Amino acid sequence: MPSKGINPATPAPFAGLKGFDWRNYIVYIAFIGVLIYFSVTLYSDGFLTTGNLLNIVRQTATISLMGLAMTFVISTGEIDLSVGSIAALSSLTGALAVSHGFGVIGGLVAGLGTGVLVGLVNGMLVTKAAIPSFLVTLGTMGAVKGVAMWVTDTAPVPIVSDTFNFIFGAGDIGPIPVLLIWTLVFTIIAHVILRKTSFGRQTLATGGNETAARFSGVKTMRIKLLVFLGTGLMAGLAGLLYAGRMNAGRFSFGEGDELSVIAAVILGGTSLFGGVGTIIGTVVGAIMIGTINNGLIIMGLDVSQQMMIKGLIIILAVMFGKKAIKK
Amino acid sequence: MDQPVLEMTSISKAFNGITVLDDVSFSVNKGEVHALMGGNGAGKSTLMKILTGVYSADKGEIRIEGKPVAIHSYEDARANNISMIFQEFSLIPTLTVAQNIFLTRETKTAMRLLDDRDNKIRTAKLLNDLGVDIKPDDVVQSLGVGYWQMTEIAKALSQEAQVLIMDEPTSSLTKTETEVLFSFIEKLKAKGYAIIYISHRMDEIFKICDRITILRDGRKITTEVIKETNLETVIQHIVGKSFNKAFEWVERDYAKEAAPVLELVGVSSGERVRDVSLSIRPGEIVGIAGLMGSGRTELLRTIFGIDPMDGGEIRIGGKRRVIRSATDAIDAGIALIPEDRRVQGLVLQHSVRDNMILPVIRKMKKGLWLDDRKANDVSKRMVERLKIKTDSIFKTSNLLSGGNQQKIVLAKWLANDPEVLLLDEPTIGVDIGAKTEIIDIVREMAESGKAVLVVSSELPELLALSDRVLIMHEGRLIKELQRQDIHTEEELQYAIQGY
Ligand SMILES: Nc1ncnc2c1ncn2[C@@H]1O[C@H](COP(=O)(O)OP(=O)(O)OP(=O)(O)O)[C@@H](O)[C@H]1O
Ligand SMILES: [Mg+2]
Repeated sequence: MPSKGINPATPAPFAGLKGFDWRNYIVYIAFIGVLIYFSVTLYSDGFLTTGNLLNIVRQTATISLMGLAMTFVISTGEIDLSVGSIAALSSLTGALAVSHGFGVIGGLVAGLGTGVLVGLVNGMLVTKAAIPSFLVTLGTMGAVKGVAMWVTDTAPVPIVSDTFNFIFGAGDIGPIPVLLIWTLVFTIIAHVILRKTSFGRQTLATGGNETAARFSGVKTMRIKLLVFLGTGLMAGLAGLLYAGRMNAGRFSFGEGDELSVIAAVILGGTSLFGGVGTIIGTVVGAIMIGTINNGLIIMGLDVSQQMMIKGLIIILAVMFGKKAIKK
Repeated sequence: MDQPVLEMTSISKAFNGITVLDDVSFSVNKGEVHALMGGNGAGKSTLMKILTGVYSADKGEIRIEGKPVAIHSYEDARANNISMIFQEFSLIPTLTVAQNIFLTRETKTAMRLLDDRDNKIRTAKLLNDLGVDIKPDDVVQSLGVGYWQMTEIAKALSQEAQVLIMDEPTSSLTKTETEVLFSFIEKLKAKGYAIIYISHRMDEIFKICDRITILRDGRKITTEVIKETNLETVIQHIVGKSFNKAFEWVERDYAKEAAPVLELVGVSSGERVRDVSLSIRPGEIVGIAGLMGSGRTELLRTIFGIDPMDGGEIRIGGKRRVIRSATDAIDAGIALIPEDRRVQGLVLQHSVRDNMILPVIRKMKKGLWLDDRKANDVSKRMVERLKIKTDSIFKTSNLLSGGNQQKIVLAKWLANDPEVLLLDEPTIGVDIGAKTEIIDIVREMAESGKAVLVVSSELPELLALSDRVLIMHEGRLIKELQRQDIHTEEELQYAIQGY
């Protein structure tokens, strides 16, 4: 909806102030706040040690990576609830491929292939069958989880390949965890795609006003299909990273991740209504959630307390950032 | 003159068996502004939607420069250099002006990435040529309605369209902006572009158009050269019968000493409404004139509780009322007919009936249930009274023509029988026949003792309606004119511009 008329002759009186709206930066402000708080209160517990900080990165890598793709989905005004289940199934298909002697490449292909396949189903149902993505992915979330429990009858699949485990999670190159590299590389790629390619621009356009986008020559259905392939692919990768870090594929990996991923994206400043998206915001959002988790664990809170506090912080942050999102 | 750039021949179209266009032919030449006129629901927009591939014709042929073309999508239309300035906005509100204008046609760097710097330069140049004061970096949703339109036109021009379709382009523009647009249209004409111009405003048609084609009830009535016809003939062709112009002010009788129905004392809201005091007596129609952005719309929104009031008080019937929301306002007997009606006033996916009864739904209950008979009766009466063109009261409202949608919003609030009626551009987009009907209805409302406050940029309409005109400038009321003291439109125009 257009805002109220502005007299062409006289510039808006707020022109100078408009440029900075702290609400747009809420996630950064909140993140710094959280960091400072834990640094002070948990200093003696070793919160600020390099080891712990790298741990946070390791623990949030999967959420960040799925969040990157989810940013695109949410920017088009859609949602993908199936990412957690995809990660679970991919960890298993990847592990199965490795354990059946197809090697690291085989595992990679199986894991990513699984993700892309589910993404394709999601995308086709949303675009061709015109079913709302919330319903489609709510369905595949359950169905894919079912398949993951069924393939090995809920048994975990161990991975003995050290190479696989090194590349997909457990490894460190010098002091740098492999997971940090995965996160960095894909963050840069995703950022460039969203900001600098016509695909990214058209993703935002689709979410901003689908009809208008279509009339401007944007193939909105193709864009939507592609963003679902994207979440499928990245959830598949996340599944492999879970498997690599834990040296096994397991149906319970990724459980509840869809919520953390969506929270990270929204916290970061991407609009749930589509049209506005930020990759950097998403990653900061994911790391912030990870930091809160980490800090609360060090504080010795139990899981139920952690969940309550995390929920509260997310609601507060979104509330303060609300105006920016609404816009 | 040589061959027309565009010919549409024997176009017919029906929706669900109801004929909307019947054997319509028309053509446009290079360097011509061709007006397409007709009442609300005559089929103008539908004809243009066929030309732009939104609908396909049941029968008929489209030729571009003599060659038959098949247009099945908007891309097809663009490939044939046909571009549309949409009646409904076609911009992405969350993107910037530059991003919108070159969406899908951005300059790329050597690495196939978007070259936003170049896009901005191209946009700046384009806007500069247009003489529009917008920055390429402005996010569209932060711009006023007038600038949306400008951006849209800039976008179409950037596509090097040969045939430009403008469906009521000035309905959201100020006088100055309209003049900028017109001088630009002149330039385009000189460069040989063809423009199809849809408008309900007669003065514009006679000012900038070369020929005019008139549709009525889906049929083509005539095509005439503007210079060889006159206002009366055109109006007659549009309404199909002889027509007495009701655009004249009649001095009305009302109790000038009666206690006011609506009083504002020092009402302020943000930067746009500052210390506004006014009072309206029962039966009085007060007009507000001012430039776009002078705070007229915001004043109405403040009275109606949408914009927060940060000072002053509102009295209805002498009693102070605290109005913090639209619900408070409705309870106080206030109705607002908003400017941007399609967005603010209608649930487009709902039927004509359901929209109309929404504000009065509380009065339409039989026990727990909706009294269907009563709801249908009220809706049918409104459809008749406002001559809304629809085949049934159960038709989904987004299938009605633009002007008829406007009328539903009017009906919706009239059904509520308010004490205070606030109207923001009440006749935007409605045809000449309906305009006079709406003016009559507003007068009728006033006759029955309501207080009416009307904002309009169409001065003839404002002058026809108002008993008193207030001039607004930068959020303040700076002048009050009795209607009988305003002798010409120019005088009012002068008061608005020169204050
Ligand atoms: N998709 C549709 N389904 C059914 N009826 C439709 C559809 N589109 C348009 N109509 C009907 O066709 C008629 C012509 O509509 P159109 O929008 O072309 O009118 P118009 O001349 O542009 O009027 P206005 O001046 O009010 O904009 C209207 O009666 C409308 O209800
Ligand atoms: Mg129309």
